[in-house]
Amino acid sequence: MSAQQPNQTITQRLANPTRFMALSATLLPWLWGAAAILIAYGLFLAFFRAPPDYQQGETVKIMFIHVPSAWLAMGGYLLIAISSFGLLVFRHPLADVSAKAAAPLGATFTALALITGSLWGKPMWGTYWVWDARLTSVLILFFLYLGLMALRSSIEEETLAAKLTAILALVGVTILPIIKFSVDWWNTLHQPASVVRLGGAAIHPSILVPLLVMAAGFTVLFVAMHMKAMRNEIMRRRIKAMTMAEIERQSMAAPVSAPASASVSGKAT
Amino acid sequence: MTRKQRRGIMIGGGVIVLMIAGLLVMTALRDTIVFFHTPSDVKAGKVKDGQRFRLGGLVLEGSIKRGGGTDVGFSVTDKGSTIEVTYRGVLPDLFREGQGVVTEGRIDQGGVFRADTVLAKHDETYMPPEVAKALKEQGLWQHGKDGQAVKDQPITAKGAGKP
Repeated sequence: MSAQQPNQTITQRLANPTRFMALSATLLPWLWGAAAILIAYGLFLAFFRAPPDYQQGETVKIMFIHVPSAWLAMGGYLLIAISSFGLLVFRHPLADVSAKAAAPLGATFTALALITGSLWGKPMWGTYWVWDARLTSVLILFFLYLGLMALRSSIEEETLAAKLTAILALVGVTILPIIKFSVDWWNTLHQPASVVRLGGAAIHPSILVPLLVMAAGFTVLFVAMHMKAMRNEIMRRRIKAMTMAEIERQSMAAPVSAPASASVSGKAT
Repeated sequence: MTRKQRRGIMIGGGVIVLMIAGLLVMTALRDTIVFFHTPSDVKAGKVKDGQRFRLGGLVLEGSIKRGGGTDVGFSVTDKGSTIEVTYRGVLPDLFREGQGVVTEGRIDQGGVFRADTVLAKHDETYMPPEVAKALKEQGLWQHGKDGQAVKDQPITAKGAGKP
């Protein structure tokens, strides 16, 4: 486990939480900065450079928030699934920290995708919501995120909670291909994929480039927030471990008096 | 290490089996999880008489007839079959000839679809108006013919340039 072992992979090297804390502390300011610059530049392109769409007019600008959010909604879940696999198979010390930190972030981006999609649907389709395969499957993804968080918080024993949540996360990963291909398999109100599809993107470069810049900005922001959340979780676990050790030390110091006084007070009542 | 590998194969295999099961279920439900039926589906008898359903397709060119107030009549086609639709209400902004629509209602005795909801459907293509105009001038425009604006034409910067 020494730091200088030559043939360690990156994930193995990061298995040491202390090294992760040091590395993330250096990386985080750069990530925040890169996210801010990319999103600012993306918004500038979106509002001042990108043309209106030939059928949707200026409404198409909702896409610059909606599509990156939707991608991260799915990317966040993929991250949780990979982390869960890392926990169950490799018992990687940071895998559960990563899975736990990603859940609220993924849920937030899923909610963003649903809300912006709804606001987009009203002027274009004529409705805020329909129960077609794409919209419904993304709503299920949102509930899955909530389910992961609820399951974890309902079990007090943390290692057990981590394991069960990881199993649920891996079972739920089936939703990802369903979301992706829902617009191809079934007829839906939602249009098919515009960017990631056979035959290349169906978006003109003048609209596609701002979209990709925004997507890059959102992704870096996600990575930064995920790293920050992982740091918080590691520190919370350290504090918990220290508190437990402190309680143990105190009870060792006075082993007889505590139960004795309890039994006395028990008799008195 | 072998225990780790065994765990990996077990869990990885489990996830793959689950995925395949999920995909099989979804393919089996292919004809059930439809948001709308096409006029051809209706002609093929996939919809029971008098049943409420969603009818989807393209607004037939030249079929829009405005009545009094917000009454409107048009035909929905999928190139194979065509069904006449009547509707009273506000239409979405994207509603126009050749545009994809999804309407909800039922077919009356006269074979006319009485819709109480009309939703517009657009395709996955996004481009500036000038590019759309240039494509039309070049004769590369297929919008309205099959509802997919130049679907098989790669949209590149070249399309945006000189027509």
